[in-house]
Amino acid sequence: MRPDISIIADLVTADSRVLDLGCGDGELLAHLRRTKGVNGYGLEIDPEMITSCIAAGVNVIEQDLDQGLTNFPSDSFDLVVMTDTLQSVKRPDVMLDEMLRIGRECIVTFPNFAHWRCRLYLASRGRMPVAKHLPHHWYDTPNIHLCTFADFEALCTTKRLRVIERLVVDSDYANHSLMSRFPNLMGTTAFYHLGRPQ
Amino acid sequence: MPDRIPPDSVGVVTPQHLTFHEPVALLCGRVLPHLELVYETYGELNAARSNAVLVCHALSGHHHAAGYHSADDERPGWWDNCIGPGKPIDTNRFFVVSLNNLGGCNGSTGPRSINPETGRTYGPDFPVVTVRDWVATQAMLADALHVDRWAAVIGGSLGGMQAMQWAIDLPERVAHAVLIASASRLSAQNIAFNEIARQAIVSDPEFNGGRYLDTASNPARGLMLARMLGHVTYQSDDGLRDKFGRDVKSGDLAAARDVQFQVESYLHHQGRSFSQRFDANTYLLMTRALDHFDPARDFNDDLVAALKRAQSDFLVVSFTTDWRFAPARSKEIVDALIAARKNVVSAVVDTPHGHDAFLLEVPRYFSVLRAYLQHVAERVNAR
Repeated sequence: MRPDISIIADLVTADSRVLDLGCGDGELLAHLRRTKGVNGYGLEIDPEMITSCIAAGVNVIEQDLDQGLTNFPSDSFDLVVMTDTLQSVKRPDVMLDEMLRIGRECIVTFPNFAHWRCRLYLASRGRMPVAKHLPHHWYDTPNIHLCTFADFEALCTTKRLRVIERLVVDSDYANHSLMSRFPNLMGTTAFYHLGRPQ
Repeated sequence: MPDRIPPDSVGVVTPQHLTFHEPVALLCGRVLPHLELVYETYGELNAARSNAVLVCHALSGHHHAAGYHSADDERPGWWDNCIGPGKPIDTNRFFVVSLNNLGGCNGSTGPRSINPETGRTYGPDFPVVTVRDWVATQAMLADALHVDRWAAVIGGSLGGMQAMQWAIDLPERVAHAVLIASASRLSAQNIAFNEIARQAIVSDPEFNGGRYLDTASNPARGLMLARMLGHVTYQSDDGLRDKFGRDVKSGDLAAARDVQFQVESYLHHQGRSFSQRFDANTYLLMTRALDHFDPARDFNDDLVAALKRAQSDFLVVSFTTDWRFAPARSKEIVDALIAARKNVVSAVVDTPHGHDAFLLEVPRYFSVLRAYLQHVAERVNAR
Protein backbone atom coordinates (compact mmCIF):
# COMPACT_ATOMS: atom_id res chain seq x y z
CA MET A 1 0.00 0.00 0.00
CA ARG A 2 1.13 3.54 -0.73
CA PRO A 3 2.69 4.74 2.55
CA ASP A 4 0.74 8.02 2.74
CA ILE A 5 -2.61 6.22 2.62
CA SER A 6 -2.67 4.98 6.20
CA ILE A 7 -1.61 8.42 7.45
CA ILE A 8 -4.51 10.04 5.56
CA ALA A 9 -6.96 7.31 6.55
CA ASP A 10 -6.31 8.14 10.22
CA LEU A 11 -7.52 11.68 9.54
CA VAL A 12 -10.76 10.64 7.81
CA THR A 13 -14.07 10.32 9.66
CA ALA A 14 -15.95 7.07 9.06
CA ASP A 15 -18.88 7.12 6.61
CA SER A 16 -17.99 10.57 5.31
CA ARG A 17 -18.31 11.79 1.74
CA VAL A 18 -14.88 12.27 0.19
CA LEU A 19 -13.70 13.88 -3.06
CA ASP A 20 -10.15 12.95 -4.10
CA LEU A 21 -8.61 15.41 -6.57
CA GLY A 22 -6.08 13.64 -8.75
CA CYS A 23 -6.99 10.21 -7.40
CA GLY A 24 -4.48 8.21 -9.50
CA ASP A 25 -5.30 4.51 -9.53
CA GLY A 26 -7.93 4.96 -6.81
CA GLU A 27 -5.98 3.16 -4.10
CA LEU A 28 -6.79 5.75 -1.42
CA LEU A 29 -10.51 5.76 -2.19
CA ALA A 30 -10.64 1.97 -2.33
CA HIS A 31 -8.90 1.84 1.07
CA LEU A 32 -11.20 4.46 2.59
CA ARG A 33 -14.27 2.64 1.31
CA ARG A 34 -13.02 -0.66 2.72
CA THR A 35 -11.85 0.57 6.11
CA LYS A 36 -14.00 3.65 6.73
CA GLY A 37 -17.18 3.05 4.75
CA VAL A 38 -16.46 6.23 2.83
CA ASN A 39 -18.65 7.28 -0.13
CA GLY A 40 -15.93 8.64 -2.39
CA TYR A 41 -15.36 10.07 -5.84
CA GLY A 42 -12.03 10.72 -7.54
CA LEU A 43 -11.11 13.10 -10.33
CA GLU A 44 -8.39 12.01 -12.73
CA ILE A 45 -7.26 12.71 -16.31
CA ASP A 46 -4.74 9.94 -16.98
CA PRO A 47 -6.54 7.29 -19.10
CA GLU A 48 -4.55 4.38 -17.65
CA MET A 49 -5.19 5.51 -14.10
CA ILE A 50 -8.89 5.84 -14.90
CA THR A 51 -8.98 2.26 -16.18
CA SER A 52 -7.25 1.10 -12.96
CA CYS A 53 -9.92 2.91 -10.92
CA ILE A 54 -12.67 1.23 -12.94
CA ALA A 55 -11.11 -2.18 -12.36
CA ALA A 56 -10.94 -1.41 -8.63
CA GLY A 57 -14.59 -0.39 -8.59
CA VAL A 58 -13.71 3.18 -7.61
CA ASN A 59 -15.95 6.08 -8.66
CA VAL A 60 -13.65 7.96 -11.01
CA ILE A 61 -14.64 11.05 -12.97
CA GLU A 62 -12.56 12.20 -15.93
CA GLN A 63 -12.05 15.88 -15.22
CA ASP A 64 -9.11 18.27 -15.50
CA LEU A 65 -8.57 20.10 -12.19
CA ASP A 66 -7.19 23.15 -13.99
CA GLN A 67 -10.49 23.56 -15.85
CA GLY A 68 -12.08 24.42 -12.53
CA LEU A 69 -14.38 22.66 -10.10
CA THR A 70 -17.41 24.91 -10.54
CA ASN A 71 -19.57 21.88 -11.35
CA PHE A 72 -19.28 20.81 -7.72
CA PRO A 73 -21.76 22.64 -5.48
CA SER A 74 -20.63 24.22 -2.20
CA ASP A 75 -20.79 21.88 0.82
CA SER A 76 -21.35 18.86 -1.41
CA PHE A 77 -18.60 16.86 0.35
CA ASP A 78 -17.42 16.39 3.91
CA LEU A 79 -13.78 16.20 2.92
CA VAL A 80 -11.74 17.05 -0.18
CA VAL A 81 -8.36 15.33 -0.47
CA MET A 82 -5.43 16.17 -2.71
CA THR A 83 -2.29 14.10 -2.43
CA ASP A 84 0.98 15.28 -3.95
CA THR A 85 -0.82 17.34 -6.60
CA LEU A 86 -1.30 20.86 -5.18
CA GLN A 87 2.14 21.91 -6.44
CA SER A 88 1.22 20.97 -10.02
CA VAL A 89 -2.06 22.86 -10.44
CA LYS A 90 -2.18 26.29 -12.08
CA ARG A 91 -3.26 28.19 -8.97
CA PRO A 92 -2.74 26.32 -5.69
CA ASP A 93 -4.22 29.20 -3.67
CA VAL A 94 -7.45 29.20 -5.69
CA MET A 95 -7.49 25.40 -5.50
CA LEU A 96 -7.38 25.57 -1.69
CA ASP A 97 -10.32 28.00 -1.71
CA GLU A 98 -12.25 25.65 -3.98
CA MET A 99 -11.47 22.61 -1.87
CA LEU A 100 -12.81 24.34 1.23
CA ARG A 101 -15.88 25.59 -0.64
CA ILE A 102 -16.82 22.10 -1.86
CA GLY A 103 -15.88 20.35 1.37
CA ARG A 104 -16.05 21.47 4.97
CA GLU A 105 -12.51 20.22 5.43
CA CYS A 106 -9.59 19.31 3.22
CA ILE A 107 -6.39 17.31 3.40
CA VAL A 108 -3.44 18.26 1.21
CA THR A 109 -0.03 16.68 0.96
CA PHE A 110 2.91 18.23 -0.86
CA PRO A 111 6.72 17.95 -1.09
CA ASN A 112 9.00 20.29 0.84
CA PHE A 113 11.42 22.33 -1.26
CA ALA A 114 13.32 23.42 1.86
CA HIS A 115 14.45 19.92 2.83
CA TRP A 116 18.16 20.02 3.71
CA ARG A 117 19.09 17.93 0.68
CA CYS A 118 17.41 20.45 -1.64
CA ARG A 119 19.12 23.31 0.14
CA LEU A 120 22.49 21.60 -0.06
CA TYR A 121 21.98 20.70 -3.73
CA LEU A 122 21.12 24.28 -4.66
CA ALA A 123 23.83 25.79 -2.45
CA SER A 124 26.64 23.50 -3.59
CA ARG A 125 25.81 22.94 -7.24
CA GLY A 126 23.82 26.07 -7.99
CA ARG A 127 21.25 23.99 -9.87
CA MET A 128 17.61 23.13 -9.31
CA PRO A 129 17.46 20.18 -6.92
CA VAL A 130 16.64 16.69 -8.13
CA ALA A 131 15.91 14.41 -5.21
CA LYS A 132 14.07 11.23 -4.34
CA HIS A 133 10.87 13.12 -3.54
CA LEU A 134 11.44 15.60 -6.43
CA PRO A 135 12.66 13.39 -9.27
CA HIS A 136 12.07 15.73 -12.25
CA HIS A 137 14.24 18.27 -14.02
CA TRP A 138 13.22 21.92 -14.04
CA TYR A 139 12.08 21.71 -17.65
CA ASP A 140 9.90 18.60 -17.46
CA THR A 141 8.54 18.78 -13.95
CA PRO A 142 4.78 18.83 -13.45
CA ASN A 143 5.56 20.61 -10.15
CA ILE A 144 5.17 24.17 -11.35
CA HIS A 145 4.44 25.64 -7.90
CA LEU A 146 6.90 24.08 -5.49
CA CYS A 147 6.90 25.55 -2.01
CA THR A 148 8.37 24.98 1.42
CA PHE A 149 6.52 24.06 4.56
CA ALA A 150 7.10 27.61 5.79
CA ASP A 151 5.59 29.02 2.57
CA PHE A 152 2.49 26.90 2.95
CA GLU A 153 2.15 27.76 6.61
CA ALA A 154 2.29 31.45 5.64
CA LEU A 155 -0.47 30.92 3.05
CA CYS A 156 -2.65 29.23 5.66
CA THR A 157 -2.09 32.19 7.97
CA THR A 158 -2.93 34.71 5.22
CA LYS A 159 -6.10 32.80 4.40
CA ARG A 160 -6.84 32.40 8.13
CA LEU A 161 -7.37 28.68 7.52
CA ARG A 162 -7.96 26.46 10.51
CA VAL A 163 -5.15 23.91 10.77
CA ILE A 164 -6.81 20.88 12.30
CA GLU A 165 -3.66 18.81 12.06
CA ARG A 166 -0.24 19.07 10.48
CA LEU A 167 2.19 16.25 10.08
CA VAL A 168 5.62 16.07 8.52
CA VAL A 169 7.41 12.91 7.42
CA ASP A 170 10.72 12.06 5.78
CA SER A 171 11.19 10.05 2.62
CA ASP A 172 10.62 6.82 4.54
CA TYR A 173 7.36 8.20 5.90
CA ALA A 174 8.82 8.18 9.38
CA ASN A 175 8.44 10.98 11.88
CA HIS A 176 11.37 11.26 14.31
CA SER A 177 12.23 13.78 17.01
CA LEU A 178 14.74 15.75 14.92
CA MET A 179 12.02 16.31 12.34
CA SER A 180 9.52 17.48 14.91
CA ARG A 181 12.00 20.13 15.96
CA PHE A 182 13.09 21.17 12.45
CA PRO A 183 10.29 20.12 10.10
CA ASN A 184 11.16 22.59 7.33
CA LEU A 185 14.72 21.26 7.25
CA MET A 186 14.21 17.57 7.86
CA GLY A 187 10.78 16.76 6.38
CA THR A 188 10.14 15.79 2.76
CA THR A 189 6.36 15.56 2.74
CA ALA A 190 3.72 17.52 4.65
CA PHE A 191 0.16 16.51 5.47
CA TYR A 192 -2.21 19.36 6.27
CA HIS A 193 -5.73 18.75 7.49
CA LEU A 194 -7.46 22.11 7.11
CA GLY A 195 -10.79 23.67 7.95
CA ARG A 196 -12.53 26.79 6.64
CA PRO A 197 -11.31 30.26 7.68
CA GLN A 198 -12.17 31.12 11.26
CA MET B 1 -19.58 -22.89 -39.45
CA PRO B 2 -17.99 -21.31 -42.55
CA ASP B 3 -14.34 -20.20 -42.41
CA ARG B 4 -15.05 -16.58 -43.06
CA ILE B 5 -17.02 -15.98 -39.88
CA PRO B 6 -14.36 -14.76 -37.45
CA PRO B 7 -13.75 -16.77 -34.26
CA ASP B 8 -14.59 -13.81 -32.03
CA SER B 9 -18.05 -13.54 -33.57
CA VAL B 10 -21.20 -14.86 -31.96
CA GLY B 11 -21.65 -16.68 -35.28
CA VAL B 12 -24.92 -17.21 -37.12
CA VAL B 13 -27.89 -15.91 -35.18
CA THR B 14 -31.60 -16.18 -35.76
CA PRO B 15 -33.96 -13.37 -34.84
CA GLN B 16 -36.75 -14.42 -32.50
CA HIS B 17 -40.28 -13.11 -32.28
CA LEU B 18 -42.43 -12.65 -29.25
CA THR B 19 -46.09 -11.74 -29.42
CA PHE B 20 -47.95 -10.28 -26.49
CA HIS B 21 -51.67 -10.76 -26.96
CA GLU B 22 -52.78 -8.49 -24.16
CA PRO B 23 -53.34 -4.78 -24.93
CA VAL B 24 -50.45 -2.42 -24.26
CA ALA B 25 -51.30 1.05 -22.96
CA LEU B 26 -48.91 3.74 -24.13
CA LEU B 27 -48.02 6.99 -22.42
CA CYS B 28 -49.85 9.00 -25.08
CA GLY B 29 -53.12 7.40 -23.95
CA ARG B 30 -53.57 5.07 -26.89
CA VAL B 31 -53.67 1.31 -26.57
CA LEU B 32 -52.05 -1.20 -28.89
CA PRO B 33 -54.28 -4.30 -29.05
CA HIS B 34 -51.24 -6.52 -29.22
CA LEU B 35 -47.51 -6.21 -29.50
CA GLU B 36 -44.86 -8.07 -31.40
CA LEU B 37 -41.17 -7.66 -30.60
CA VAL B 38 -38.28 -9.04 -32.61
CA TYR B 39 -35.05 -9.67 -30.74
CA GLU B 40 -31.80 -11.60 -30.73
CA THR B 41 -29.80 -13.07 -27.88
CA TYR B 42 -26.11 -13.90 -27.64
CA GLY B 43 -24.42 -15.96 -24.94
CA GLU B 44 -26.23 -17.95 -22.29
CA LEU B 45 -28.32 -16.99 -19.31
CA ASN B 46 -26.67 -18.44 -16.21
CA ALA B 47 -28.55 -20.48 -13.62
CA ALA B 48 -28.89 -17.53 -11.25
CA ARG B 49 -30.18 -15.42 -14.19
CA SER B 50 -27.80 -12.71 -13.04
CA ASN B 51 -25.78 -12.17 -16.21
CA ALA B 52 -28.31 -10.66 -18.60
CA VAL B 53 -27.38 -7.49 -20.46
CA LEU B 54 -29.82 -5.39 -22.45
CA VAL B 55 -28.47 -3.50 -25.45
CA CYS B 56 -30.69 -0.58 -26.49
CA HIS B 57 -30.42 0.70 -30.03
CA ALA B 58 -30.17 4.27 -31.22
CA LEU B 59 -32.15 6.17 -33.85
CA SER B 60 -31.58 3.93 -36.85
CA GLY B 61 -30.64 0.71 -35.07
CA HIS B 62 -32.44 -2.59 -34.68
CA HIS B 63 -32.31 -5.99 -33.00
CA HIS B 64 -29.45 -7.35 -35.10
CA ALA B 65 -26.55 -6.13 -32.99
CA ALA B 66 -24.05 -8.97 -33.43
CA GLY B 67 -23.25 -12.00 -35.53
CA TYR B 68 -24.46 -12.95 -38.99
CA HIS B 69 -27.87 -13.98 -40.25
CA SER B 70 -26.42 -16.58 -42.58
CA ALA B 71 -23.06 -18.00 -43.55
CA ASP B 72 -22.87 -15.71 -46.56
CA ASP B 73 -24.26 -12.64 -44.86
CA GLU B 74 -22.03 -9.79 -45.99
CA ARG B 75 -22.16 -7.67 -42.88
CA PRO B 76 -22.47 -8.53 -39.20
CA GLY B 77 -24.79 -6.77 -36.71
CA TRP B 78 -24.37 -3.07 -35.99
CA TRP B 79 -22.36 -3.53 -32.76
CA ASP B 80 -20.51 -6.69 -33.69
CA ASN B 81 -17.14 -5.09 -32.88
CA CYS B 82 -18.26 -4.79 -29.24
CA ILE B 83 -20.39 -7.89 -28.63
CA GLY B 84 -18.92 -11.39 -28.83
CA PRO B 85 -16.65 -13.86 -27.09
CA GLY B 86 -13.75 -11.92 -25.56
CA LYS B 87 -15.12 -8.57 -26.74
CA PRO B 88 -16.02 -5.75 -24.30
CA ILE B 89 -19.60 -7.07 -24.00
CA ASP B 90 -18.26 -10.56 -23.54
CA THR B 91 -20.72 -13.27 -24.56
CA ASN B 92 -18.61 -15.82 -22.68
CA ARG B 93 -19.82 -14.12 -19.53
CA PHE B 94 -23.01 -12.28 -20.42
CA PHE B 95 -26.37 -13.20 -21.89
CA VAL B 96 -26.95 -10.30 -24.25
CA VAL B 97 -30.43 -9.27 -25.41
CA SER B 98 -30.98 -6.85 -28.27
CA LEU B 99 -34.40 -5.95 -29.63
CA ASN B 100 -36.02 -3.78 -32.25
CA ASN B 101 -37.94 -1.14 -30.34
CA LEU B 102 -41.67 -0.63 -30.52
CA GLY B 103 -42.35 1.63 -33.50
CA GLY B 104 -39.37 0.28 -35.40
CA CYS B 105 -39.29 -0.98 -38.96
CA ASN B 106 -37.32 -4.19 -38.56
CA GLY B 107 -40.00 -6.57 -37.34
CA SER B 108 -41.40 -5.16 -34.11
CA THR B 109 -44.85 -3.61 -34.10
CA GLY B 110 -44.54 -0.27 -35.86
CA PRO B 111 -45.94 1.96 -38.60
CA ARG B 112 -45.54 -0.85 -41.16
CA SER B 113 -47.68 -3.26 -39.10
CA ILE B 114 -51.34 -3.87 -39.80
CA ASN B 115 -53.72 -1.96 -37.55
CA PRO B 116 -56.30 -4.61 -36.57
CA GLU B 117 -58.94 -1.91 -36.22
CA THR B 118 -58.69 -0.77 -39.83
CA GLY B 119 -57.15 -3.77 -41.51
CA ARG B 120 -54.48 -1.64 -43.15
CA THR B 121 -51.01 -0.48 -42.14
CA TYR B 122 -50.76 2.04 -39.31
CA GLY B 123 -48.53 4.34 -41.31
CA PRO B 124 -48.80 7.89 -39.92
CA ASP B 125 -51.54 6.75 -37.48
CA PHE B 126 -49.13 4.77 -35.38
CA PRO B 127 -49.29 6.08 -31.80
CA VAL B 128 -46.64 8.46 -30.50
CA VAL B 129 -44.11 6.44 -28.55
CA THR B 130 -41.73 7.65 -25.88
CA VAL B 131 -38.55 6.35 -24.32
CA ARG B 132 -40.68 5.39 -21.30
CA ASP B 133 -42.87 3.22 -23.56
CA TRP B 134 -39.75 1.53 -24.87
CA VAL B 135 -38.57 0.78 -21.35
CA ALA B 136 -42.00 -0.59 -20.42
CA THR B 137 -42.12 -2.86 -23.48
CA GLN B 138 -38.51 -3.93 -22.99
CA ALA B 139 -39.55 -4.93 -19.46
CA MET B 140 -42.25 -7.15 -20.97
CA LEU B 141 -39.53 -8.86 -22.98
CA ALA B 142 -37.39 -9.18 -19.83
CA ASP B 143 -40.32 -10.87 -18.07
CA ALA B 144 -40.75 -13.29 -20.96
CA LEU B 145 -37.04 -14.15 -20.81
CA HIS B 146 -37.25 -14.57 -17.00
CA VAL B 147 -34.78 -11.76 -16.42
CA ASP B 148 -35.71 -10.04 -13.16
CA ARG B 149 -32.74 -7.73 -13.06
CA TRP B 150 -30.34 -6.75 -15.79
CA ALA B 151 -26.65 -6.95 -14.91
CA ALA B 152 -26.38 -3.96 -17.20
CA VAL B 153 -28.52 -1.91 -19.55
CA ILE B 154 -26.26 -0.45 -22.22
CA GLY B 155 -26.89 2.07 -24.96
CA GLY B 156 -25.32 4.81 -27.05
CA SER B 157 -27.06 8.04 -28.00
CA LEU B 158 -30.83 7.40 -27.92
CA GLY B 159 -29.91 3.96 -26.52
CA GLY B 160 -28.21 5.64 -23.55
CA MET B 161 -31.43 7.53 -22.89
CA GLN B 162 -33.25 4.21 -22.62
CA ALA B 163 -30.63 2.94 -20.18
CA MET B 164 -31.11 6.07 -18.06
CA GLN B 165 -34.90 5.73 -18.17
CA TRP B 166 -34.61 2.09 -17.11
CA ALA B 167 -32.60 3.11 -14.05
CA ILE B 168 -35.23 5.71 -13.12
CA ASP B 169 -38.45 3.83 -13.97
CA LEU B 170 -37.54 0.31 -12.88
CA PRO B 171 -34.70 0.87 -10.41
CA GLU B 172 -34.87 -2.58 -8.83
CA ARG B 173 -34.38 -4.22 -12.23
CA VAL B 174 -31.07 -2.57 -13.25
CA ALA B 175 -27.72 -3.23 -11.59
CA HIS B 176 -25.61 -1.07 -13.91
CA ALA B 177 -26.55 1.52 -16.53
CA VAL B 178 -24.06 2.35 -19.28
CA LEU B 179 -24.77 5.66 -21.00
CA ILE B 180 -22.60 6.32 -24.05
CA ALA B 181 -22.60 9.62 -25.98
CA SER B 182 -25.97 10.44 -24.48
CA ALA B 183 -27.81 13.33 -22.83
CA SER B 184 -30.51 13.85 -20.24
CA ARG B 185 -32.39 15.87 -22.84
CA LEU B 186 -31.73 17.33 -26.24
CA SER B 187 -30.58 20.89 -26.78
CA ALA B 188 -32.58 23.26 -29.00
CA GLN B 189 -29.88 22.89 -31.66
CA ASN B 190 -30.27 19.14 -31.58
CA ILE B 191 -34.06 19.31 -31.89
CA ALA B 192 -33.58 21.77 -34.75
CA PHE B 193 -31.48 19.27 -36.69
CA ASN B 194 -34.14 16.62 -36.15
CA GLU B 195 -36.82 18.96 -37.41
CA ILE B 196 -34.89 19.71 -40.61
CA ALA B 197 -34.58 15.96 -41.16
CA ARG B 198 -38.32 15.49 -40.57
CA GLN B 199 -39.18 18.32 -42.94
CA ALA B 200 -37.01 16.72 -45.62
CA ILE B 201 -39.15 13.60 -45.29
CA VAL B 202 -42.62 15.09 -45.02
CA SER B 203 -42.02 17.53 -47.89
CA ASP B 204 -41.06 14.70 -50.24
CA PRO B 205 -44.03 14.38 -52.69
CA GLU B 206 -43.80 10.61 -52.31
CA PHE B 207 -44.49 10.92 -48.57
CA ASN B 208 -48.19 11.29 -49.29
CA GLY B 209 -49.09 12.32 -45.74
CA GLY B 210 -47.36 9.20 -44.46
CA ARG B 211 -49.57 6.92 -46.60
CA TYR B 212 -46.78 6.03 -49.03
CA LEU B 213 -47.21 2.28 -48.48
CA ASP B 214 -50.76 2.48 -49.81
CA THR B 215 -49.42 3.70 -53.14
CA ALA B 216 -46.41 1.39 -53.04
CA SER B 217 -44.09 4.37 -52.98
CA ASN B 218 -41.30 5.53 -50.66
CA PRO B 219 -40.17 9.08 -49.81
CA ALA B 220 -36.63 7.99 -50.62
CA ARG B 221 -35.48 11.50 -51.48
CA GLY B 222 -36.56 12.85 -48.10
CA LEU B 223 -35.10 9.91 -46.17
CA MET B 224 -31.86 10.31 -48.07
CA LEU B 225 -31.64 14.02 -47.22
CA ALA B 226 -32.51 13.31 -43.58
CA ARG B 227 -29.73 10.73 -43.39
CA MET B 228 -27.19 12.93 -45.16
CA LEU B 229 -27.87 15.74 -42.71
CA GLY B 230 -27.71 13.36 -39.77
CA HIS B 231 -24.51 11.81 -41.01
CA VAL B 232 -22.67 15.12 -41.26
CA THR B 233 -23.69 16.06 -37.75
CA TYR B 234 -22.59 12.68 -36.38
CA GLN B 235 -19.06 13.37 -37.58
CA SER B 236 -16.56 16.04 -36.69
CA ASP B 237 -14.93 18.55 -39.01
CA ASP B 238 -11.55 16.91 -38.39
CA GLY B 239 -13.01 13.46 -38.91
CA LEU B 240 -14.45 14.31 -42.31
CA ARG B 241 -11.21 16.04 -43.26
CA ASP B 242 -9.18 12.98 -42.30
CA LYS B 243 -11.49 10.68 -44.22
CA PHE B 244 -12.09 12.68 -47.38
CA GLY B 245 -10.17 15.94 -47.29
CA ARG B 246 -10.98 17.71 -50.54
CA ASP B 247 -10.45 14.63 -52.66
CA VAL B 248 -12.36 14.84 -55.88
CA LYS B 249 -14.27 11.97 -57.36
CA SER B 250 -13.01 12.64 -60.85
CA GLY B 251 -10.20 14.85 -62.06
CA ASP B 252 -12.35 16.04 -64.94
CA LEU B 253 -14.64 18.78 -63.65
CA ALA B 254 -16.77 18.78 -66.78
CA ALA B 255 -17.38 15.04 -66.55
CA ALA B 256 -18.29 15.16 -62.85
CA ARG B 257 -21.34 17.40 -62.93
CA ASP B 258 -23.34 15.82 -60.13
CA VAL B 259 -20.84 14.50 -57.66
CA GLN B 260 -17.54 16.30 -57.51
CA PHE B 261 -16.03 15.54 -54.12
CA GLN B 262 -15.53 12.22 -52.37
CA VAL B 263 -17.44 13.44 -49.34
CA GLU B 264 -20.51 14.01 -51.53
CA SER B 265 -20.26 10.57 -53.01
CA TYR B 266 -20.01 9.12 -49.51
CA LEU B 267 -23.06 11.02 -48.27
CA HIS B 268 -25.08 10.03 -51.34
CA HIS B 269 -24.22 6.41 -50.74
CA GLN B 270 -25.10 6.59 -47.04
CA GLY B 271 -28.34 8.42 -47.75
CA ARG B 272 -29.40 6.13 -50.58
CA SER B 273 -28.81 2.89 -48.72
CA PHE B 274 -30.59 4.26 -45.66
CA SER B 275 -33.60 5.31 -47.74
CA GLN B 276 -33.94 1.74 -49.00
CA ARG B 277 -33.81 0.09 -45.61
CA PHE B 278 -35.57 2.50 -43.26
CA ASP B 279 -39.21 3.47 -42.86
CA ALA B 280 -40.03 7.18 -43.04
CA ASN B 281 -42.78 7.05 -40.39
CA THR B 282 -40.43 5.19 -38.04
CA TYR B 283 -37.82 7.90 -38.59
CA LEU B 284 -40.33 10.59 -37.65
CA LEU B 285 -41.48 8.63 -34.61
CA MET B 286 -37.96 7.87 -33.35
CA THR B 287 -36.76 11.46 -33.70
CA ARG B 288 -39.86 12.63 -31.82
CA ALA B 289 -39.09 10.21 -28.98
CA LEU B 290 -35.56 11.59 -28.95
CA ASP B 291 -36.76 15.21 -28.83
CA HIS B 292 -39.23 14.60 -26.02
CA PHE B 293 -36.94 12.58 -23.79
CA ASP B 294 -36.57 14.52 -20.55
CA PRO B 295 -36.73 12.36 -17.40
CA ALA B 296 -36.24 15.41 -15.15
CA ARG B 297 -39.54 16.90 -16.33
CA ASP B 298 -41.52 14.50 -14.16
CA PHE B 299 -39.47 15.74 -11.19
CA ASN B 300 -39.90 19.52 -11.49
CA ASP B 301 -36.98 19.70 -13.92
CA ASP B 302 -34.70 18.33 -11.22
CA LEU B 303 -32.47 15.69 -12.76
CA VAL B 304 -30.91 14.92 -9.38
CA ALA B 305 -34.34 14.07 -7.96
CA ALA B 306 -35.04 11.85 -10.99
CA LEU B 307 -31.75 10.01 -10.64
CA LYS B 308 -32.12 9.59 -6.88
CA ARG B 309 -34.68 6.91 -7.69
CA ALA B 310 -32.02 4.81 -9.40
CA GLN B 311 -30.49 1.87 -7.55
CA SER B 312 -27.91 1.10 -10.21
CA ASP B 313 -24.33 2.14 -10.70
CA PHE B 314 -23.50 4.15 -13.80
CA LEU B 315 -20.84 4.40 -16.47
CA VAL B 316 -21.02 7.58 -18.56
CA VAL B 317 -18.83 7.85 -21.66
CA SER B 318 -18.55 10.79 -24.06
CA PHE B 319 -16.33 11.71 -27.00
CA THR B 320 -14.35 14.93 -27.32
CA THR B 321 -15.41 15.76 -30.89
CA ASP B 322 -19.07 14.76 -30.50
CA TRP B 323 -21.04 17.97 -30.93
CA ARG B 324 -24.51 16.40 -31.21
CA PHE B 325 -24.20 14.75 -27.79
CA ALA B 326 -21.30 16.79 -26.48
CA PRO B 327 -19.20 15.83 -23.44
CA ALA B 328 -20.88 18.75 -21.61
CA ARG B 329 -24.22 16.89 -21.84
CA SER B 330 -22.66 13.78 -20.32
CA LYS B 331 -21.08 15.94 -17.64
CA GLU B 332 -24.53 17.19 -16.65
CA ILE B 333 -25.56 13.59 -16.09
CA VAL B 334 -22.40 12.82 -14.12
CA ASP B 335 -22.78 15.88 -11.89
CA ALA B 336 -26.40 14.96 -11.20
CA LEU B 337 -25.40 11.39 -10.37
CA ILE B 338 -22.76 12.58 -7.91
CA ALA B 339 -25.29 14.92 -6.30
CA ALA B 340 -27.75 12.00 -6.15
CA ARG B 341 -25.00 9.97 -4.40
CA LYS B 342 -24.92 7.26 -7.04
CA ASN B 343 -21.84 5.28 -7.92
CA VAL B 344 -20.59 6.64 -11.22
CA VAL B 345 -17.58 6.34 -13.47
CA SER B 346 -17.05 8.77 -16.33
CA ALA B 347 -14.65 8.83 -19.25
CA VAL B 348 -14.22 11.50 -21.91
CA VAL B 349 -12.60 9.71 -24.83
CA ASP B 350 -10.41 11.73 -27.17
CA THR B 351 -11.21 10.77 -30.75
CA PRO B 352 -11.77 12.58 -34.06
CA HIS B 353 -14.85 10.49 -34.91
CA GLY B 354 -17.58 12.69 -33.45
CA HIS B 355 -20.87 11.15 -32.33
CA ASP B 356 -20.30 8.11 -34.56
CA ALA B 357 -17.42 7.10 -32.28
CA PHE B 358 -19.88 5.20 -30.09
CA LEU B 359 -20.19 2.60 -32.85
CA LEU B 360 -16.48 2.38 -33.60
CA GLU B 361 -13.67 0.40 -32.08
CA VAL B 362 -11.85 3.33 -30.46
CA PRO B 363 -9.16 1.65 -28.30
CA ARG B 364 -9.54 3.87 -25.22
CA TYR B 365 -13.35 3.62 -25.40
CA PHE B 366 -13.23 -0.15 -25.64
CA SER B 367 -10.72 -0.49 -22.81
CA VAL B 368 -13.03 1.58 -20.56
CA LEU B 369 -16.04 -0.53 -21.54
CA ARG B 370 -14.08 -3.73 -21.10
CA ALA B 371 -12.78 -2.79 -17.65
CA TYR B 372 -16.22 -1.66 -16.49
CA LEU B 373 -18.03 -4.73 -17.77
CA GLN B 374 -15.41 -7.05 -16.25
CA HIS B 375 -16.15 -5.33 -12.96
CA VAL B 376 -19.89 -5.80 -13.63
CA ALA B 377 -19.37 -9.49 -14.42
CA GLU B 378 -17.55 -10.00 -11.13
CA ARG B 379 -20.22 -8.19 -9.16
CA VAL B 380 -23.10 -10.18 -10.61
CA ASN B 381 -21.17 -13.48 -10.57
CA ALA B 382 -21.52 -13.86 -14.29
CA ARG B 383 -20.70 -17.19 -15.92
